[in-house]
Amino acid sequence: MDKSKRDFLKIGGLCALGLSSLEVADAFAKSHATKFLTNPQASHAKRWAMAIDVKKCWKAEKKECKDCILACDWAHNIPDIPVKRQEVKWLWNEKYQNAFPDMENELEPEEVKDKPFLVLCNHCTNAPCVRVCPTQATFKSPDGITMMDMHRCIGCRYCMAACPYGARSFNWRDPRPFIKKINPAYPTRDRGVVEKCDFCVERLAVGKIPACVEACKDKALIFGDLDDPNSELRKALASRYSIRRKPELGTKPGVYYLI
Amino acid sequence: MLERALSGSAGYKRLLGGLSILMGLGFIAYLTQWENGLMITGMGRDVSWGLYISQFTFLVGVAASAVMVVLPYYIHDVKVFGRITILGEFLAIAAVIMCVTFVLVDLGKPMRVLNVLLYPTPWSMLFWDVVVLNGYLLLNILIGWNVLEAERKGTHYPKWVKPLIYLSIPWAVSIHTVTAFLIAGLPGREYWLTAIMAARFLASAFCSGPALLILLALIVKKYTKFDPGKEAIDKLLTIVTYAMLISVFFVILEVFTAFYSQIPGHMESLKYLFVGLDGKHALVPFMWLFVILAVAGVALLLHPNVRKNEKLLVAACCCVFFSMYLDKGVGLIIGGFIPNMFGQVHQYAPTLPELMIVAGVWATGFFVLTILYKIAVSVKEEVQG
Repeated sequence: MDKSKRDFLKIGGLCALGLSSLEVADAFAKSHATKFLTNPQASHAKRWAMAIDVKKCWKAEKKECKDCILACDWAHNIPDIPVKRQEVKWLWNEKYQNAFPDMENELEPEEVKDKPFLVLCNHCTNAPCVRVCPTQATFKSPDGITMMDMHRCIGCRYCMAACPYGARSFNWRDPRPFIKKINPAYPTRDRGVVEKCDFCVERLAVGKIPACVEACKDKALIFGDLDDPNSELRKALASRYSIRRKPELGTKPGVYYLI
Repeated sequence: MLERALSGSAGYKRLLGGLSILMGLGFIAYLTQWENGLMITGMGRDVSWGLYISQFTFLVGVAASAVMVVLPYYIHDVKVFGRITILGEFLAIAAVIMCVTFVLVDLGKPMRVLNVLLYPTPWSMLFWDVVVLNGYLLLNILIGWNVLEAERKGTHYPKWVKPLIYLSIPWAVSIHTVTAFLIAGLPGREYWLTAIMAARFLASAFCSGPALLILLALIVKKYTKFDPGKEAIDKLLTIVTYAMLISVFFVILEVFTAFYSQIPGHMESLKYLFVGLDGKHALVPFMWLFVILAVAGVALLLHPNVRKNEKLLVAACCCVFFSMYLDKGVGLIIGGFIPNMFGQVHQYAPTLPELMIVAGVWATGFFVLTILYKIAVSVKEEVQG
């Protein structure tokens, strides 16, 4: 073989060109067809949101009703962890003065004081957790849900520092031994990742309503499209006075409390 | 040059041995964390960052030691810093290594850390912190190593190092600014939501970093034949004095804004830290120790004899370093989480394995520092002849 340096460079150049053209070929070959099919029965909305009819909820609460919380815990394999500071919570009750700190006054009627308010992720339009996440493991879906990719999360817990509602839980330990009965329809989590309410995105995808809304016999939870003026949610918000948690922070929370 | 780290006096070997034991204990504790998750720490859903992250924010400040010698030396031609610059740069390397390690041990899924680079997210301050910290580490390694090697050979360092030296100055400011932005822009965390957070970080960095550098320079002087020079230490002390005064002033500004405005959210964390809230006051002794040390530090720094009396100097630098440690390495991060988002007070106390991991990371930093200083000092001794 008698190859000159020039030949060698030529061949090398051709090889490099060939390899780099692979990328170009890939780009041209990309089709716009979706890689997965959506369920034709899936529910759609521009902006999913929720209203909680507090009065209805309190009536049921007298009977110590926890239907929504139990339904959520079962639907999402939420562990019952005995150490309080390591608890995982998606939907739970807080007293008025804790759900709405700095809003209480000493002269509130007894029926408001210490009353439970359901709290959950507010699926903020302007979510601080999404802003701070260094890997986009938490992100906004096109229909307004604040989503969590628990396979991408590195467990830095920056989102927990950023969430003004304390709605996020970290798996300080392996949660699986603490799940009473595993629901095979929803994945269990590993230790070391953050999780929270996802507005039952997995149920919306097959045309069901969120588990908590379905479980409430008193119809205290109203779920719907905030951008649809004819939705049940919008009608409820138009007819009743409602408040949101910490609206002054500019997060635009998507959970309303009908008073 | 690395081979200089391999031989040394018995004291040098004992020091490395002692640090290795701490590192080993820390590593064993980390293995239990790796096995069981962060449940082995005292953190929880209310105080979700603890000692790991607070050590990280404090040590970012220590890394400033480099810029406080580099800037006067290269920009203002303060010749006396020529001998000490390498000590500052090598301290910065050790500090940044500790910072990065503290972030790593705090992660729930450390094996996924490269996701930060795989999915770069420019609107996340943590992403930028990863960029600037690693950049600063690289800059100081390149600069420190090349300048030292040139000194050993008796030549001038390569030309391409000069732009890096200039770059390292604003870069040092960036690591503090970005780390302050990490916590300063979160709605609902009122203790952190202050426009002077980055300024506070810079001020406390510029006193705690050089204060440690003075202490290290004195140790080097005592145990080796290399004398960093009294003039350099005096100049550094001036920097420490101004930065310390500004730091204390900034803390007073925070207290004034909170308590004159009387806005509950702004007062509560400070109340928890200094007098306790809802009958809970775990951090009160630490914060008053901070106040005492800060006042003592200022008094000593302003004392006319501090430049003549080495004991006074050591005491002043210790006061500055430990007061800033208590303020930034303990109170700032933990105080931001108390009260929680529901207005409740849930306290935090680190666990034994957590403390062992913290000690292990500090030991790792000082191990790196010892080796780097050994190399630097050996070269300096050779050059001196």
